Amino acid sequence: MAAEQSTDAALTTVDLSSASVRELNQRLHDLEQPARVRVLEPGGRHSIAAGLRAAHDVEIAGHVGYYCAGMNQLATVRIRGNCGVGVAENMMSGTVIVEGSASQSAGATARGGLLVIDGDASARCAISLKGADVVVRGSVGHMSAFMAQRGALVVCGDAGEALGDSLYEAHLYVRGEVRSLGADCIEKELRDEHLAELSGLLERAGLAELEASGFRRYGSERRLYNFHPDNLGSY
Amino acid sequence: MCGIAGLFTKTPGGQAALGAHVARMLEQLAARGPDSAGVAFYREPAPAGSCKLSLFAEEGCDWDALGTELDEVFESASPPRVHASHAVFVVEADAEQAQGWLGEAHPELRVMSAGTTIEVYKEAGSPHEFVRRFGLEEIAGSHALGHTRMATESRVTTEHSHPFSTGEDLCLVHNGSLSNHNRLRRRLRSEGIRFQTDNDTEVAAGYLTWRLREGASLEQALEGCLEDLDGFYTFAVGTVDGFAVLRDPIACKPAVMAETEDWVAMASEYRAIAVLPGAAGARTWEPEPGRVYSWGATAVS
Repeated sequence: MAAEQSTDAALTTVDLSSASVRELNQRLHDLEQPARVRVLEPGGRHSIAAGLRAAHDVEIAGHVGYYCAGMNQLATVRIRGNCGVGVAENMMSGTVIVEGSASQSAGATARGGLLVIDGDASARCAISLKGADVVVRGSVGHMSAFMAQRGALVVCGDAGEALGDSLYEAHLYVRGEVRSLGADCIEKELRDEHLAELSGLLERAGLAELEASGFRRYGSERRLYNFHPDNLGSY
Repeated sequence: MCGIAGLFTKTPGGQAALGAHVARMLEQLAARGPDSAGVAFYREPAPAGSCKLSLFAEEGCDWDALGTELDEVFESASPPRVHASHAVFVVEADAEQAQGWLGEAHPELRVMSAGTTIEVYKEAGSPHEFVRRFGLEEIAGSHALGHTRMATESRVTTEHSHPFSTGEDLCLVHNGSLSNHNRLRRRLRSEGIRFQTDNDTEVAAGYLTWRLREGASLEQALEGCLEDLDGFYTFAVGTVDGFAVLRDPIACKPAVMAETEDWVAMASEYRAIAVLPGAAGARTWEPEPGRVYSWGATAVS
């Protein structure tokens, strides 16, 4: 495999113009001790750095395809570009940072850890979120946080149509405009505990300069949780 | 699934390499559509008074003899340019007239495209094989669309492959599936639109043809899709001087676009754009759902 040890002994470089994604991922899975790995020439390939289980520090020098850093545990994955569908899908823990924009379903079903997107995220960001925190510096597309159960979605720009449709207990914070709220999603009071949670998330995402009080909070009205004949039209 | 790609070049160098670039894009999308592949190239406009026809012969054809026959009937026709099972002719006639004659004299042949500039090649089988058999690497032109197919709605045959020609110099490639195509096909047939297959995408192509015939602009025709088509789609539509892109309002199917000083590209996945020269520095974005994007001399937005 085309992996070279650089002068910095702790840093391994893998060039995907010569190594396959499978070779890269196998190597990352086999490393039991936390390692620093730099991935070159990602070329939009899918599943880069998926399934990591140790506190590796992975930097990807360019745009990636689908499911980058999916199922991540413990590792920090930094993408110096845009990413395709499903970045950090089902993340369990760790941190994934996208320096560009993310396509659809960013952070889908993620259970833990932090996903930070410096650009925009398109439709269905944080769909079915199950406990992770997602911070988007730009805007998110339609149906974001659809059926989100736990965790938080922070949007520093605008949110598209049907934000938080069929929402459970995830916390949604939006700084800009919300085009429309989905079924059972309402604006809620931004209380002290929410300001504290939001300030903490902004700080962890490197956005401490933003005032938490400049956001609005949205959450579930809890009318669709259980079947109720009066809600038939909304199911 | 299916994969689609579009590339519009802005430089002479890019025009010379168009086929080579499109070939690489299609190969990146081969996994999304292993059943069939197809391309539409816009290149070498026919002289005024002439039309260009792309013909497909399932059982093979003596193309030279057909060229001689066309030359006799229409007094002037180019020798055939053969690409695998297809051949391109330039005939001194209007496209409707030439197609009418072919339908009578050679019902065994299928007209894949007609117009002044468009050429369509498509075939059932592996996209990798398609790229090689049709010699895409050698084809120059101003812009092109490509498609790799994973069939969901109708059979895997060359006739069911994309692009579908939607009228002279117009074609459509589609990623997705339409659910109201049977009813819409009946309605369009009553308006005089002709269909060659039971394919859902051909109905979308026929819809665009009908709207344009009724006086709609390309933008209006595409916006009409948002109202009249039920289903999932990312469309790329080729015109004589550019191409347009439209995604369904819920963005069910993927699309990414990129632009440099030298080209504008769209594809189902970024990896098909990553193979283009200068892609790393390109302005890259995801087209919004329900919005028409277009490039070329008659850009609509």
